[in-house]
Amino acid sequence: MAELTICLGGNPNAGKTTVFNKLIGAHQKVGNWPGVTVEKKEGNYSYQGKSIRVVDLPGTYSLTAYSLDERIASDFLVKEQPDVSVAIVDASNLERNLYLVVELLELGANLVVDLNMMDLVRQKKWRLDVEQLSKSLGAPVVSTVANRCEGLEELQEAIAAAAKCQAQPLKIDYGPEVENALGQLTASINTPSRWLALKLLENNSQVKEWLQGWPQGEKILHKAEVLAADLGKLIADDPETYLIERRYGFINGLMKECLAKPLDLAERISLSDKIDKIVLNRWLGIPIFLLFMWLTFKLVFDLGSPLADYIDGGFGWLAEATKTGLGENWLASLLGDGIIAGVGSVLVFLPNILILFLMIGILEDSGYMARAAFVMDRFMHSLGLHGKSFIPMILGLGCNIPGIMACRTLESRKDRLLTILINPFMSCSARLPIYVLFAGAFFAHHAGAVIFILYVLGIIVAVLTALLFKSLFFKGQVAPLIMELPPYRMPTVKSVLLQMWQRASMFVKKAGTIILAGVILIWLLSSLPVGVEYASEQSWIGQLGKVFAPLFVAPIFYRAVRLLFYGDVAALHSLHC
Amino acid sequence: MSALVLNSLKKGQKARITGITNNSDLKRRLLKMGLVRGEIIEVERVAPLGDPIDVVVKGYHLSLRQEEAKLVEVEVA
Repeated sequence: MAELTICLGGNPNAGKTTVFNKLIGAHQKVGNWPGVTVEKKEGNYSYQGKSIRVVDLPGTYSLTAYSLDERIASDFLVKEQPDVSVAIVDASNLERNLYLVVELLELGANLVVDLNMMDLVRQKKWRLDVEQLSKSLGAPVVSTVANRCEGLEELQEAIAAAAKCQAQPLKIDYGPEVENALGQLTASINTPSRWLALKLLENNSQVKEWLQGWPQGEKILHKAEVLAADLGKLIADDPETYLIERRYGFINGLMKECLAKPLDLAERISLSDKIDKIVLNRWLGIPIFLLFMWLTFKLVFDLGSPLADYIDGGFGWLAEATKTGLGENWLASLLGDGIIAGVGSVLVFLPNILILFLMIGILEDSGYMARAAFVMDRFMHSLGLHGKSFIPMILGLGCNIPGIMACRTLESRKDRLLTILINPFMSCSARLPIYVLFAGAFFAHHAGAVIFILYVLGIIVAVLTALLFKSLFFKGQVAPLIMELPPYRMPTVKSVLLQMWQRASMFVKKAGTIILAGVILIWLLSSLPVGVEYASEQSWIGQLGKVFAPLFVAPIFYRAVRLLFYGDVAALHSLHC
Repeated sequence: MSALVLNSLKKGQKARITGITNNSDLKRRLLKMGLVRGEIIEVERVAPLGDPIDVVVKGYHLSLRQEEAKLVEVEVA
């Protein structure tokens, strides 16, 4: 049992994951938050004999939930109340990063502020007065360069010290009108919570929902509404806008107190901006994007497939050896034909998937992923998708499994679902042999052209399906694009490899559970009724194939249909996916 | 001084934010990202296909679609 629970919060791209990796090392528990497909990471470290549990929260810009990620983070911070919260701040982008810090301090979180990426601050020759910042915020502030392990001892020390005391919530002076309304509202809430009153004036839907369960909830909500309306008239603005601007005003004051930027008037153009001049160039942007996609595609399939063949061969040998060793009986068939061959046929994807996640990790950590979305957004948006959806689509042409797995980089649920749903229409390479079979049989003279048309048709169907689903199921849900383009960074080998391993191991776990069950089911269908030759025309799966074969015009396609039945689970791989 | 909206600015042009129309979640999201009144915002570039745009505000790069950018009212000094 951990004696302390702490959480890491912060804006996306502030280096949260790096800090987490450095604190925990490789022994991380990776899973999903309950009920949603958002990655949850946690782990333990010990400090001065105490075991400390660390939860890594999804990146968020504020405590108001606009996305699933943000809802999870704010729910955790507000409801679970960890012993210490660590706000990871990108010190080179201080002003905007401090917004979340201020919100956390107003909430009364026991906060340690970690000014990360201090090396960039030094590079820019900014002078940052850490002590003054700590004093003005009323919270301990540490500076780190997490990817070089600088300052991590101090961070651990600060966390341990913060756990021993209880922080007072930060009080920003919002001016007489707001303070008056806040005073009246806190008086009617039994627990004196300025934060709660602030959120009510802001009309925060999560907090309102939460309050409905309180005995006096309805009354408080009504009072808040009246007060917010009156306040709106007094300040001639919507209260939330006013409060946000006041908070930024407070941050502005902090910046003046604590940060001195060098006085050279000619602003230095950063390396990141220089790279973007080329990478996001009007003419070069799209070719460069396509080049990166092509490179990813090539590496995933050209480098992965020979390795996959070795694994395939290995499992084939193991299955044969099992069958020879155990003799002709059902157990040998279950183990050899069913489990080993079946699970093997999924695990053969492992090299492709490892390389895929390696490439995705590099694209994400370097900062290019956001650029790819920037370049492709216009096109993908016209289909109701997000710029980032393009990558899973391209990968789908190689194999739909890594294509669908790549969808986890999409933030909104709608984008993820739509992209997953249309991905199978991208003709994966496993379909090529079937296309060749059909095209050769019917259009012997134009086989090449027909195969090309089949590919294009798949893409057109994918586009049409996207448009259809968009108007049927996701009508009016247009997620805005408000996306930060973070500065480019050199990805670290360790972090990229760790991410690759974590994501790939989730795939392996699935191979051991759901896919194993599917494989056994298919083995049963192939072996019953008792006495038939395995997966022959007489077996149940063979007969199912026959039922559907007439739909495909000629009996020679019986074989193809039977292969399709084995589908994603088994036979596609025997056709070289 | 002339009142404009963000997506009518040219590449490289700087302006001061005077407010965000459309009283919605979108407005508050933009505010929290630092697009508050009085802030200087610069259009850094337009994506190769004409949308979205890349702006610099509070020292960082943010990309917005034209749809979102047209809600941001600005004045050019």
